Amino acid sequence: MTDQPLVSGPDPEIDEQAYGALQDKGPIAPPRSQWYDVWNQFKHHKGAMFGGFFLIFITLFVLIGPYIWTLDAQKLDIRAKDMRPIWTLIWDSEAKAAWAHPFGTDQLGRDLLANLIKGGRASMAVGWAAMILALLIGTFVGVVAGYFRRADFWLMRFTDLVLSLPILPLLLVAVTLFRQPLRANFGPETGMFILIVGVVGITSWMQTARIVRGDILALKEREFILAARSIGTKNSKIIRRHLLPNVISPITVSATLGLATAIITESALSFLGVGFPSDFPTWGKLLADAVQRMEQFPERVLLPGIAISLTVLSVNYLGDGLRDALDPRIRGR
Amino acid sequence: MITFAIRRLILSIPTLLFISLVIFLLLQLAPGDPMAQVPLTVPPEVKEKMRIALGLGEPLYVQYWKWMVQFFWVEPMVFIDWLTRDSTLLGWLPDTSLYDGRLRMLSWQTRGPVMDLVVQSMPQTIWVVGMAYVVGVLIALPIGIYSAYRHYSVFDQTGTFITMIGFSIPPFFTGPLLIVIFAVQLGWLPSNYNTVHEVTNWDTFVYQLKQMVLPVMVLALQTTAQISRYMRSAMLDNLGQDYVRTARAKGLREGVVVMVHVLRNSMIPVVTVIALGIPAIFGGAIITENVFGVNGIGYQLLIALFANDIPTVMTLTFIFAILIVLFNLIADVLYGVLDPRIRYD
Repeated sequence: MTDQPLVSGPDPEIDEQAYGALQDKGPIAPPRSQWYDVWNQFKHHKGAMFGGFFLIFITLFVLIGPYIWTLDAQKLDIRAKDMRPIWTLIWDSEAKAAWAHPFGTDQLGRDLLANLIKGGRASMAVGWAAMILALLIGTFVGVVAGYFRRADFWLMRFTDLVLSLPILPLLLVAVTLFRQPLRANFGPETGMFILIVGVVGITSWMQTARIVRGDILALKEREFILAARSIGTKNSKIIRRHLLPNVISPITVSATLGLATAIITESALSFLGVGFPSDFPTWGKLLADAVQRMEQFPERVLLPGIAISLTVLSVNYLGDGLRDALDPRIRGR
Repeated sequence: MITFAIRRLILSIPTLLFISLVIFLLLQLAPGDPMAQVPLTVPPEVKEKMRIALGLGEPLYVQYWKWMVQFFWVEPMVFIDWLTRDSTLLGWLPDTSLYDGRLRMLSWQTRGPVMDLVVQSMPQTIWVVGMAYVVGVLIALPIGIYSAYRHYSVFDQTGTFITMIGFSIPPFFTGPLLIVIFAVQLGWLPSNYNTVHEVTNWDTFVYQLKQMVLPVMVLALQTTAQISRYMRSAMLDNLGQDYVRTARAKGLREGVVVMVHVLRNSMIPVVTVIALGIPAIFGGAIITENVFGVNGIGYQLLIALFANDIPTVMTLTFIFAILIVLFNLIADVLYGVLDPRIRYD
């Protein structure tokens, strides 16, 4: 009935137009995936783009760095001790600096650039490992608490309890007291790595657990879960196939925050002198060792300090951008 | 409201017991030996006697019980005695003399009561940390308000950037950095905190102020970064609300709309965050106290830890835990008091 006027219309040209509008010419653009939308929003966030690029850069720097700058970070060269970085030559041509050690050397003649690369490796490794451990614990607790009503009360009370523990003092206590046996069992470096990753991971999963639980509680009442259940899907399958992919975005955001906290915590422990053994460089350790003589050699404090700060800053910006990009309410604005 | 506060108060007792148990077990299971410093020439049976004298021979639950009695029963009695005898605030009350000479918690380093150590170092921490927090909050609130009001302006962008930096730079980097700039290069401020300094006249007061500037700056930077972010987002949430349009439509001045209507509503979550941040900054002060040599409880904790002084470590860590639980409680109650829409039942 509605197409009656179209057939008997007076003007054939309008007919043509109307038909043209009604015809299905096919989609103009190929369908966009969710991740395309996320990327589209993400790339408008300048800080997040900078953060992402810097994080990739610093990761490559510490991963590939040792193969390009092959000097051993541990090598003592007492004749080349206390060298200044190469840029001091710009204003002071008398300065003891050479291209052999572009960032200078410390009081034992160890190359600062090689130390920064090696220290970065340790700091980043601790950061990533602790973050992944915290995510695994947090997601597990969050999913179990959100999905199984019987576990909810006790798991969340437990989370609240852990949240009210004084974290930094406990970290200090744990690291100082458990240092000896772990070192004896796994060697000084691996033992310390396991210990720091363990304590940081165990003490920073609570936020993730809370966020994941909240999301799971809302998701499990939705129709698609009901549908999955109605065709006899097992609980484990529902969680893996239907729930976990839907909580990926809050997990990603808390992952970035976790990485930043883990790097800072490791550096703080190294700075307070309870971290890795003294001949094993991390950024925090380099900074702590250099504080004694920072008046004469400010670059030894500045370079590792800037490395820590920029890494954490870029991770924080990345998290900010991800939060905006993954939130469908903000997307497109 | 009162019932809620009381219920929370009662609920915090098992929480604190759990925390004290965690700390106690952590310290007990740790393999560190307090006798490790004793010379090897001391025969083992003497060492065993020393161990028993330190109270280490008893089973775990007895040790835990004794610690609890000392912390929750003996020490409060000493404290009440002190209050009614020596303090100016309650000194007019008759001396209670509750303390009957029972064994107090002794530090293995100083052989003196742990609580004396706490009483000596607490004021330093509270002065520096408290001042830093007040300064940080006072700077953060206007920044947050203005950058939300001028959303996406240059001020907002810069403010967000600076708070992000303040968020990311760890205190163990800003501390040495500020020392190099202000104490070494410019020579304006002392680099070390002199804990025995006494304020007697104007000059010493100025010196006290000067030596507090650097640690306060380091701590305040982090507080400012956090609080101003919360303030900004809370203001942004409220500025778009209908009641703001109504207030403007009925002809209220812009200052009244923003500073009275919007600010009061935005302060509700911010006040909670401020209360919740206090224990965190006490924890963070451990690093700052070590950088500047402030003789506060964080500094004492680190020294006790390196000296394997288990009673002091246990007590100080537990004091941190009490602070956290207490301020969580205060934040919860404040939230209910400030926002009448919140009903706890």
